[in-house]
Amino acid sequence: MSLPSGTFSQKYGQDMAIMRTKTQWIFLALLVAFLASFPLWASDTVLTFSILAGITIISVHGLNILTGNCGLLSMGHSGFMMVGGYAMAILCSKLGWPFWVALPAAGLIAGVVGIVFGLPSLRIKGFYLIMATVAAYFIIHWLVLQFRDLTGGTEGLSVPRADLFGLTIKGKESYFYMVLVLAVLATVVAKNILRTRAGRAFVAIRDNDLAAEVMGVNLWSYKLQAFFIGCVFAGVAGALSVQYIGFCNVEQFPFFDSVWFLGMLIVGGMGSVSGVIFGVLAIKLLGQVAIRLGPALAEMVNPQAAIGLSNILPSIAIILFLIFAPRGIAHIWQRFKNYYQLWPF
Amino acid sequence: MTFFFQLVVSGLSLGMMYALIAIGFVIIFKCSKAFNIAQGYFVMLGGYIGYTLLVPLHLPVWAAFIAAIAIAVVMGLVIERLALRPLVGQPVLAVIMMTIALAGVIEGVAIMGWGGEFKNYPKGVLPEISLELGGVSVSPSNLIALIVSIIVVVALMLMFRYTKIGLAMRATAEDEQVTRGAGIRATTVYALAWIISCVTGVVAGILLSGVSGVMTSNAEIGLKALAVVILGGLDSIGGAVVAGVSLGILELVASGYLDPLMPSGGGLAKVFPFLVMIAVLIIKPHGLFGLKRIERI
Repeated sequence: MSLPSGTFSQKYGQDMAIMRTKTQWIFLALLVAFLASFPLWASDTVLTFSILAGITIISVHGLNILTGNCGLLSMGHSGFMMVGGYAMAILCSKLGWPFWVALPAAGLIAGVVGIVFGLPSLRIKGFYLIMATVAAYFIIHWLVLQFRDLTGGTEGLSVPRADLFGLTIKGKESYFYMVLVLAVLATVVAKNILRTRAGRAFVAIRDNDLAAEVMGVNLWSYKLQAFFIGCVFAGVAGALSVQYIGFCNVEQFPFFDSVWFLGMLIVGGMGSVSGVIFGVLAIKLLGQVAIRLGPALAEMVNPQAAIGLSNILPSIAIILFLIFAPRGIAHIWQRFKNYYQLWPF
Repeated sequence: MTFFFQLVVSGLSLGMMYALIAIGFVIIFKCSKAFNIAQGYFVMLGGYIGYTLLVPLHLPVWAAFIAAIAIAVVMGLVIERLALRPLVGQPVLAVIMMTIALAGVIEGVAIMGWGGEFKNYPKGVLPEISLELGGVSVSPSNLIALIVSIIVVVALMLMFRYTKIGLAMRATAEDEQVTRGAGIRATTVYALAWIISCVTGVVAGILLSGVSGVMTSNAEIGLKALAVVILGGLDSIGGAVVAGVSLGILELVASGYLDPLMPSGGGLAKVFPFLVMIAVLIIKPHGLFGLKRIERI
């Protein structure tokens, strides 16, 4: 934690505050103004990109708590998003629940499913846990296709438009604002969960779970709490993406998404809340680059080249980050901030 | 009863392919403690390479196999040197993420090179031998897969037992520091482990594509083979064979008998290995033949 010289804490409250200096408040105000005015000048594609990136940020915040802070590797995050998405679709279209009740309910349902599949984490960790969560994804996927009466099977379910206290949310601008508010909320919640007793217990479990247990951290309870919290974020994100597309289908939650989520954590910086945002934006932008290059490549190589490239570019980014900057963009950014604070010394 | 034996025979052939893929994984894990999630993608790429060699280039089968193995050797060397060597001593997640990123690159290469389309090996490209045992007929592609995978597995086991480099690999698996002290180059052993893993992956890929064609979703069999690895124990080659065969047979028998009872037509074969995997992880996380490690703080 580096602060400019001349910043003193005289009360505990000041010491704990996230925003410490006037400059930070000014930058925050500028950021809020930038985001609030975004739909006024951003083009349609940029807006779509930001909505999807916002939804992904919510989901990856959950994975960051689970994997980045508690050290429980999960490769089934996309499956938990699927649970949230289907919960939203079923609650809204079959039971007629209003959107603002269904959204937290979808998060809770995904969280409970997360606890069920988190049970093996009490005995296993590392690679074994990755395999358990991979199995979780495929089992959820299979169950969704089996219960056709409820989920619509391969055809999927259509989801009615969100209705927020009489205001129908339609059009990209209103979606952008809704996702923006929720993504900001998710960021604040994630940041603060990590500063509580539970957050410190998570980090202790990540660094050495046996030592944490000896120190009096209840592994059983905190590991399941981490799964619950991580999957609630995933469920909310899944529900939002289903709501945005207006349709729910298993194809919306491919297995490789969970892999990209882990990649976003690596590129952004494991365990860091700002790293989540950096990572999501970096990987998503690389995907956009691949799509932009697509038409040129399609003539040179083959019509599918853009899809291939959108696999290759982020993968190479992950490989390079693993070798050359394993602590991610968040660490590079921190070093840069330290550098300019000390400049010219 | 014929139906049952039919399932068992196809399951045996599928199981040997699982075993072949699982062995590639186990060898890397034993030698370098790295988990290779990209194993399934070697299989998928192997299928496409085999297709190119056999169909557009019209190579004879033996030449195609040699060429595919040569490509696999180069692939193994490149992957080990460029991607895995810099990560020696890094945490588990870094190595896992590296192999996942490799999986992404391989998938991308397959889509760019072959359009990610379904390619079927035409009849007669792989040799035709058929066998009929008391009403149970074995399809030629299944039989070829069974024979070749048995040959490869036996060859690998002999190599580990009787050759000097096999001994070096077993020693490195036991204790890397001591092995270095005894004058064995650990880097050579790592490189060889990746080469073997790529070769078994590519061979399994060609065999699998002979049975059911090749497409990008072939990589999922690699994930199923990980269930085999977990059932057999992460560091046991014999365990991989036993678990591979039993899981292959169980999978086909279970889906053959239970699928008609499922509400939406089943598809149990797709999920069965994962159900077994979860059960094994909860009940006996080190697998049937795996070494149980005691953890100290």
